[in-house]
Amino acid sequence: MDIRKIKKLIELLEESNIGELEIKEGEESVRIARNSGTVQYVNAPMQGYAPAQAPVAAAAPVAAAPASAPVAAAAPVVSGHIIKSPMVGTYYGAPSPGSPNFIEIGKTVKVGDVICIIEAMKMMNQITADKAGVIESILVQDGNPVEFDQPLVTIA
Amino acid sequence: MFKKILIANRGEIALRILRACKEMGIQTVAVHSLVDRDLKHVRLADEAVCIGPNPSPKSYLNVPSIIAAMEITDAEAVHPGYGFLAENADFAERVQKSGFTFIGPDPDVIRMMGDKVEAIKAMKAAGVPTVPGSDGALPNPGEEPEKCLEIAERIGFPIIIKAAAGGGGRGMRVVHEKENLISSIQITMGEAKAAFGDDTVYMEKFLQNPRHVEVQILSDGQGHAIHLGDRDCSLQRRHQKVLEEAPAPGIPQDVREATYAACIKACIDIGYKGAGTFEFLYENNRFYFIEMNTRIQVEHPVSEMVTGIDLIKEQIKVCSGLPLSIKQSDVIIRGHSFECRINAEDPKTFMPCPGLVKGFHAPGGLGVRVDSHLYNGYTVPPNYDSMIAKIITFGDTREIALDRMRQALDETIVDGIKTNIPLQQMLVRDKEFRKGGVNIHYLEKKLGSEH
Repeated sequence: MDIRKIKKLIELLEESNIGELEIKEGEESVRIARNSGTVQYVNAPMQGYAPAQAPVAAAAPVAAAPASAPVAAAAPVVSGHIIKSPMVGTYYGAPSPGSPNFIEIGKTVKVGDVICIIEAMKMMNQITADKAGVIESILVQDGNPVEFDQPLVTIA
Repeated sequence: MFKKILIANRGEIALRILRACKEMGIQTVAVHSLVDRDLKHVRLADEAVCIGPNPSPKSYLNVPSIIAAMEITDAEAVHPGYGFLAENADFAERVQKSGFTFIGPDPDVIRMMGDKVEAIKAMKAAGVPTVPGSDGALPNPGEEPEKCLEIAERIGFPIIIKAAAGGGGRGMRVVHEKENLISSIQITMGEAKAAFGDDTVYMEKFLQNPRHVEVQILSDGQGHAIHLGDRDCSLQRRHQKVLEEAPAPGIPQDVREATYAACIKACIDIGYKGAGTFEFLYENNRFYFIEMNTRIQVEHPVSEMVTGIDLIKEQIKVCSGLPLSIKQSDVIIRGHSFECRINAEDPKTFMPCPGLVKGFHAPGGLGVRVDSHLYNGYTVPPNYDSMIAKIITFGDTREIALDRMRQALDETIVDGIKTNIPLQQMLVRDKEFRKGGVNIHYLEKKLGSEH
């Protein structure tokens, strides 16, 4: 895959709202992810690729979020207090499928209000706000995996 | 064969496991603490999950966090490496109950080998030679002091009291005079209770000048087991190995073979699955079993060098349910290999020395192997053990392998932190060590006399 194509893809990503982009061409693939406003090169293993590798081969750490999760969506919003995940598991925004979400952007929360559930080993753990304020942004999609310390929600 | 393995460890062994997985086309998940985000194997893994803050109990020993990471990544198996949860039978059990595979033997085998009294019983039953001992837990010295004395006199002073739940050099006390016996037992029991939660102790003859010789095995739990020769790990400081070699020099072949045969029989008898090591004290042409380690060990590379067998790959294969693909007749021990453990520590005071590695230059050349997660600009964190690299050499003869190690150490640069390289450089030039066959007290005696 030649470097001009990759540059073009990066430009496309930067101009859009897309968080992550993966392109496969035959046996070659490239995945480009947005992370806190900086575009990172994430090189998927390129089987059978000819020696002139793009110099981006140094893979940055890939968080467990799958390709569909926008990472740190809408960059300028991280000005408020960040609630980070205290555990590894799967993020759910509502108490059960179909019920209303615990929070929405703009909702006012008090300390101790439940903001989400993180499920691990068949146990649902309620994650609560440790600061009062207004929900500024929700950084994880329902059903996505989260790791320890991953930013979940910001409160202004 | 597994499609995805989660590596529940860090540092050089995590990188070693990752390399084996990559060669086998197995996807890798690297779990790490906050500070370990920039570990080399984390950068190379297919997926990475931060499982907790820096302290080990909240990260690398955090069972729910590790199992949750397996769930969210759909990993099928977990490789525990060495240390941390590698010999934690409860962890192995919880992994299995959660529907995953633990790369290692079954939990009850881990449990049995973790109880040193039970391990010795099992080995005796299999015909493995053991140290003359109490053959079981000691009675309460407060209630039956005469019984304790009788056991000690049958064995013959000096004796050593050991915690059944201990191992790896911890929870032990030597007694030379019978006057000190009862109080020593009581003190050791108190220490064992505090350190391991179990005050069961047993007694063994204390060997004055033994060497530490261990046997590497691979067993598939389906009736096949092989040995990969032995290793000599006698250079130790405070029960921590410093420099290891394979094979152990100067042991009569018939004595070796008899011990190997007993180890293989034991593996088959207990249904052992995976890689494992039988540790012995060796004195006067006799082997004495002390404990079995049910994990891959730090010094496994020296056995790989003299046999050409990839121990991590074979371990993964048998734990995925495949029968052993190697027959004993395929195992040819050729040449000699040494391993120097490189620690981030002061070479004289042994104080740990974490910090930024501004420059790392690894040695190379024929017969030189470096297993390390170091890279220029890597910061060694203070939260974990200090081993940062293993330098391994191979040669057709012991002399060549040792000369290569001397050259390799001289070429190695770790700039920005202190390391024990100067100590290793001294050891490879030591005349007695070059002759071969030094015992387990040699290094401490040598260090003691230097200060």
